[in-house]
This record gives sequence, structure tokens and C-alpha cells, in this order.
Amino acid sequence: MYAQMVKSTGRGVKSPEEMTPEERAFQARIDADEKIEPRDWMPDGYRKNLIRQIGQHAHSEIVGQLPEGNWITRAPTLERKMILLAKVQDEAGHGLYLYAAAETLGVSRDAMTEDLLSGRMKYSSIFNYPTLTWADMGAVGWLVDGAAIMNQVPLQRTSYGPYARAMVRICKEESFHQRQGFDIMMKMAQGSPAQKRMAQDALNRFWYPSLMMFGPSDATSVHSAQSMAWRIKINSNDELRQKFVDQTVPQAEYLGLTVPDDGLAWNAEKGGYDFTEPDWEEFFAVLKGDGPCNAERLQARQKAWDDGAWVREGLLAHGRKRRAAGIAAQ
Amino acid sequence: MSDEWPLWEVFVRGRHGLSHRHVGSLHAPDAETAIRNGRDVYTRRNEGVSIWVVEARHISATAPGDKGPLFEPSEDKVYRHPSFYDIPDDVGQM
Ligand SMILES: [Fe+2]
Ligand SMILES: [Fe+2]
Repeated sequence: MYAQMVKSTGRGVKSPEEMTPEERAFQARIDADEKIEPRDWMPDGYRKNLIRQIGQHAHSEIVGQLPEGNWITRAPTLERKMILLAKVQDEAGHGLYLYAAAETLGVSRDAMTEDLLSGRMKYSSIFNYPTLTWADMGAVGWLVDGAAIMNQVPLQRTSYGPYARAMVRICKEESFHQRQGFDIMMKMAQGSPAQKRMAQDALNRFWYPSLMMFGPSDATSVHSAQSMAWRIKINSNDELRQKFVDQTVPQAEYLGLTVPDDGLAWNAEKGGYDFTEPDWEEFFAVLKGDGPCNAERLQARQKAWDDGAWVREGLLAHGRKRRAAGIAAQ
Repeated sequence: MSDEWPLWEVFVRGRHGLSHRHVGSLHAPDAETAIRNGRDVYTRRNEGVSIWVVEARHISATAPGDKGPLFEPSEDKVYRHPSFYDIPDDVGQM
């Protein structure tokens, strides 16, 4: 998902007998659906795992602004431009809420940014694909935000209080994102033959990368098992992917577009669609840095970080000077 | 000393007549900018009519371990609640 392959302790879930009394009490709180708050005792692994997951999620929101930011100046109407601007601004806010949640675990914002820029921390593979036409703005809102919602809605119930609260805010804002995307797709699909071709082309290019957002099957992953025991992961990747396909295929039909999968078929027995898995080789390559836009995305973040340095430093110095002089806000 | 902008906690009054409520945090170089950024981040959809910002380091808080000694004593003081008292129906509204 926005946090696709988060490593946990890698040791598997401890049995109650293997746990220390503190760990046992902690697990009991989680099992009782209590929220863990920043200053509560928590196992080291829980803290590290969460920093990785929330950090990856935050980076995805921020890097995720780039493919859509690409079209703000070229939106077809002033209204579309304002909508896209508002949507991209929301994503900046999502990044902020999540960075703030991660910071409550004792990691600094700057450290996370540096880890993103050095490649030590990842962001979702989906944002390493280019947005080539205006129809891509439709496909991104409809499919990418749609897939994100699928994952974020259950995370509102995650065990870590600040993360859960950030998710509540984010989910409130996300449904506008998906709907504005679908709205673009409707316009294009009902437009001229050339517009409809663009819509179909956007669906063709974003379908499998969207399925990859859920990450490879994690039915046997020890990392996922631990994350689930700690309730920082609620559903398996396959479960969410299936849900996404089942929800999205009828929407594509409504648009009169074709999902680019010859293997797609309704399976009455399971009450869901059978579909072709994305190319996981491609997924791992993109995650490793070999996607079509990895270098460009990181360059853009690096440039923003470097070019903004004088502003950060200048305002910090100014703030310190004012504080020293005893000048309050107003 | 850290070169990060200080952390601020943001409180928003949702509607006239309500208290300010904590909505989240942000980094800002000074109070003025914290308010301005708080407005951009936390009130983009009519969520507020007033904002407070407080630098996080100025907030004192109870420790998780104090929960028992601080809050449990009130648990057995049921007589502080109106439901503790049985008033006959005949008395009427009270
Ligand atoms: Fe988002
Ligand atoms: Fe979004």
C-alpha cells in the first residue's frame, strides 16, 4: 500500500510464554482494543516497525504530490485546476499529519526526510510511474486514491493512537479525491473518441501498478503476522486487493472502459472476480529504484529540500531572535 | 541544538460556543507562522472559527504511570453522580 513492504522484527510473533511481563501486558492492551499513546511503554520492535510504516506512508503522500503537480499548470479548465490544486494540497496535509504521528515515536522530521533522500526509506511504488495525459489525473484519483482508501479505512482502528487519529482525518479528505478522479474519467469516457481513447489508455497503464500498491501476497510473511498481532496492519494484502478489484471492475464497466486483463472473470463461488496478478518482478524493480520515474522523483524532493534550506534557516534565525527579544505572536 | 523549526500543538474552536480542541501538530519558526500554517492545514473545510497554537515544549502532562493514583480515586465516589440518589417519582422533576 502506501507502506508496501514494511519489515517488522522478522522473528515472528512471540507466544505469551516467550513474552516478558511488560510485553504481555502490552499485548493484552492491544487485544482489548486499547489505544497505545506516545508516552506509554511499548516494545522496541513495535516502535521501530511503526516508524518505518508511518514514515513510508508520509513519504508516499509527499512524493505522491509530484505526478499530479505535473498537471496543475495544464489543467483543461480553471475549475479543474482549482480542484487539482486542492487535492494536491490535501496530500501535503496528509504527509504532515503522518510525519507528526511518526515524530511522537521519537524520530525527527529531518531524519525522516534525510532517510527518504538517501533511499534508506521507501515510498509507494505507484508514484514512480509517469502521468502522461490529463486522463491520468482521472485514473490516479479513481484508482490510486481508491486503492489508498481501501487500506486507510481499516487503519483508522490501528492500535497506535496518533496514527489512528491521523488516519481519521485523512479518510475524511480522501473520498473527495477519488470522486474528483472518477468525475474526470466520466467526462473523458463520455467525450470524443480521442478523449475516450485517452481514458482507456490511462486505465491500461494504471491498472496493474494500482494492484501492486497492496504489495505482494503476505499470507506467509512473518513481518505481516507480527504487524497484525500489533494491530498496525488490519487486513492481508490479498484481501484488500480482492476488495479493490471487486469494487473497481463494475465502475470501469459503468465508464464503458475495459480492464486490461484477459483473465478477469466473475467467480460466483467465491463471490468475487478472478484476475491476473501484476508482474511482481516489475514491482520489485520499481521498489529498488528502477521504475520509470524513481530518479526524477527523488531529484525533485532533493531540489526542494536544498532550495528551501535558506528559507528554513532564515526563518529559524528570525524566530529565535524574536523570542530572545521577548516578542510574542501579536 | 536542533535546526528544526519548533513543534507546535494546534487547537481549533470548531464552532462558536465550543471549546478549542487539539487537532494536531506542526513545525513553525514562530507563533505567527504556526497560526497561519495551522489555518492552512487544519481548517481547509470550514473546521474552525478560532485557532490557538502552543509550543509543544510548554505543555506539561501527566505521566502514563500516574494514571492509577490520579484517576482511580474518583471511581469509588459514586455519590458525586446524580444517579446515586433515589428520589421518589412523587417529588417530580429534579
Ligand atoms: Fe493522501
Ligand atoms: Fe488522496
